Amino acid sequence: MVLKVFFPSCCSSAESGILIGRWISEQNSAVVLAMVHFPFIPVQVKQCLSEVQRVTKVSVSVLGSWSNSKQEKEESLSEFFEDLGMIFSHELWIQITKEGDSKFWSCSTLQKHSNNSKEEEIILVYYDQRKVMLSHLHPPLDTASSTENKADDASKLAAIFDTVAKSKVLFMIDRYDDGPIKLTHWQSDGVEASVIVELLKQASVPACMLLTFLLSLVSGICRSRVLKFWPLSFLWSKLSTCEQLGHRLQHLQVISSNKKAQNHTQLMRKANIFVSLLIDVALGILLMSWLYRQNRIGQLADTLIPGADHVAEELQDLLQWLMGAPAGLKMNRALDQVLGRFFLYHIHLWISYIHLMSPFIEMILWYVGLSACLGLTVALCILSDIIVLLTFHIYCFYVYGARLYCMKIYSLSSLWRLFRGKKWNVLRQRVDSCSYDLDQLFVGTLLFTILLFLLPTTALYYLVFTLLRLLVVIVQGLIHLLVDLIDSLPLYSIVLRLCRSYRLAAGVKFRVLEQQEGKPLRLLMQINPLSYHSVVQTYRLPTYSCYPKDSWTSLCRKLFLGELIYPWKHKGEKQD
Amino acid sequence: AMEERRYRSASGAPIALQCRQHSACCRELAVRCPRLQLRSLSAATSAVWLVAYGLSALSENSMVLSAAMFIVLIGLIVYLHFVKVDQESLLVIGSLGIQVTSSYASGKESTTFIEMGQVKDVVINEAIHMQKVIYYLCILLQDPGDPQGVSEVVPLFQSSKPRLDCLIEVYKSCQEILEQRKTAPQSS
Repeated sequence: MVLKVFFPSCCSSAESGILIGRWISEQNSAVVLAMVHFPFIPVQVKQCLSEVQRVTKVSVSVLGSWSNSKQEKEESLSEFFEDLGMIFSHELWIQITKEGDSKFWSCSTLQKHSNNSKEEEIILVYYDQRKVMLSHLHPPLDTASSTENKADDASKLAAIFDTVAKSKVLFMIDRYDDGPIKLTHWQSDGVEASVIVELLKQASVPACMLLTFLLSLVSGICRSRVLKFWPLSFLWSKLSTCEQLGHRLQHLQVISSNKKAQNHTQLMRKANIFVSLLIDVALGILLMSWLYRQNRIGQLADTLIPGADHVAEELQDLLQWLMGAPAGLKMNRALDQVLGRFFLYHIHLWISYIHLMSPFIEMILWYVGLSACLGLTVALCILSDIIVLLTFHIYCFYVYGARLYCMKIYSLSSLWRLFRGKKWNVLRQRVDSCSYDLDQLFVGTLLFTILLFLLPTTALYYLVFTLLRLLVVIVQGLIHLLVDLIDSLPLYSIVLRLCRSYRLAAGVKFRVLEQQEGKPLRLLMQINPLSYHSVVQTYRLPTYSCYPKDSWTSLCRKLFLGELIYPWKHKGEKQD
Repeated sequence: AMEERRYRSASGAPIALQCRQHSACCRELAVRCPRLQLRSLSAATSAVWLVAYGLSALSENSMVLSAAMFIVLIGLIVYLHFVKVDQESLLVIGSLGIQVTSSYASGKESTTFIEMGQVKDVVINEAIHMQKVIYYLCILLQDPGDPQGVSEVVPLFQSSKPRLDCLIEVYKSCQEILEQRKTAPQSS
């Protein structure tokens, strides 16, 4: 079988030494992690390797030798290397030789315990050690769900990524240290660290503790008995602002927990929540500064009352139109007048209520606007709640119209069955024939005729108010969609994919480098980053999804029958 | 060793197949699609701009013309970056895997690498496309649970759609390398 040697590109210019890494026998591949330079004592090397093996649980061993000769003195070295091969117990001893500055290295293997000198083909794969160590390999989304046979089918690449990632301890020993062993690996170009990152890490611990303490206070207040009395708890459940605030509180709890993130997914989730909160609060403060400048709140309050008045007047005009001959249809005069006057009285009540509130509007708006500093999502939820409160009369009219219409439809269908001599059997949940008395039939037929001819009037009122209600529902839905988007977008992952695309790997790609006859095949392994679509799908934050659960057919059916529709009913649990 | 041969695609356009043998177990096969013609491009854009100019002259609003120019520019960029494929190549490395690359006209390359353990076989399939029956090359992926099953079919050369003679060449090249993994003894 073909032998594959994964060689870190940072070690290409290292001095002669021996190669240490991991041998994966099932795939016939050797992953070189580092190089040990002369002088070294083999016993100490073995000790160090067993120590590393114990800590990282990766079976690191000596794989072979590497000779980088600037002049022609390889003969003695090659014998020396073969003797070394005897000392270190390994089935296959790999010898890589580089002459001068040539790109083409010669690679040969020595089988110790078998004498067949079968010429295996060798493939030399260069990889960027730092990038492979930092990146996280994502399995394809459809296979991620199947958990059986995961250990057996671990892809070959996952094994390689795993090996490099787990050997972090090995990379802490450097050739500039004073220890017994001098190593070369990706850190040999200079140990990297960022002062800011270290400072932030140190500062985050007390900050987290403070945040946890504050959060426990707040959640204690929220859970207190005072807020659980019936009118208040009903109000809290209806307002979407409270739900959004609760959601954000949960996010804060996740961030401020003391436990370090166990694996990659948890770390990304924490980072995404943190960035999302930061952006949210920043946008909210921006909005607040825009609102409070140039007395915009006063202007808003000034336009709010005339706006509500205008809406009420339009509704009155609409009702007058319905009470006349709308669109040329001839309505039943008496029913028309009754319904029209009923709704007109409601509007009159509503207008007086608004005028009662008008002196306090500006102050209320001013204080409510302050809560925009909690985040843009909270401000949008408040806007949605204000819209709900201002259009409450439209909701009432819709409920009245729908109930009237629904009652009419049900009685019509029941009387239609009577008309044909049938009856609904509640016990058997089906339509059965039934013999009615003559006077029952007479009264039933009369009622049926009356209701049938009154149907167009009721239906028209129902249609008009349902359309208005749907308009308000659509506006509310759009606002909630926007809030959902801000809540669930994994901004940190997207920016990471943009700037450090090697951290999120979907796979690898190979590039064939220049070849020379007689030398092993040279390939460059690069990281194939995840597509943006997969990034968003994998790292989406869970939100309270409020998409309509009803399909179009069931919605139409409900509208036809007059059942009340609540398309944005919030579910109780989180949806991923 | 590199050789290039000319073939025709399923719709009759001329395409070129390049075969490169890097080593005994590594082969690269690239199919080059017909390039974007300057004539058709300029004809399409001039037609759209003439119509937009006529509309803006009729409605005396210069916004129509500027909007049309903007849309055409954006559309051209989207077409070059996401739609027009220049070259599709297949890199078969014995005992490592198969790599499928599509290069777009704007220079973007989209790559997928399939490990050899997942590859069951490379076959030529028939498909009904609109009113004709075309042949296409595809990679069959192994189902991890069922040794006889196929979990996924990955079609190759979808933009260039070469005809059967070209596909047979590619098929033979691939099979030579895939056979090596069956005849090579497993290492202990």
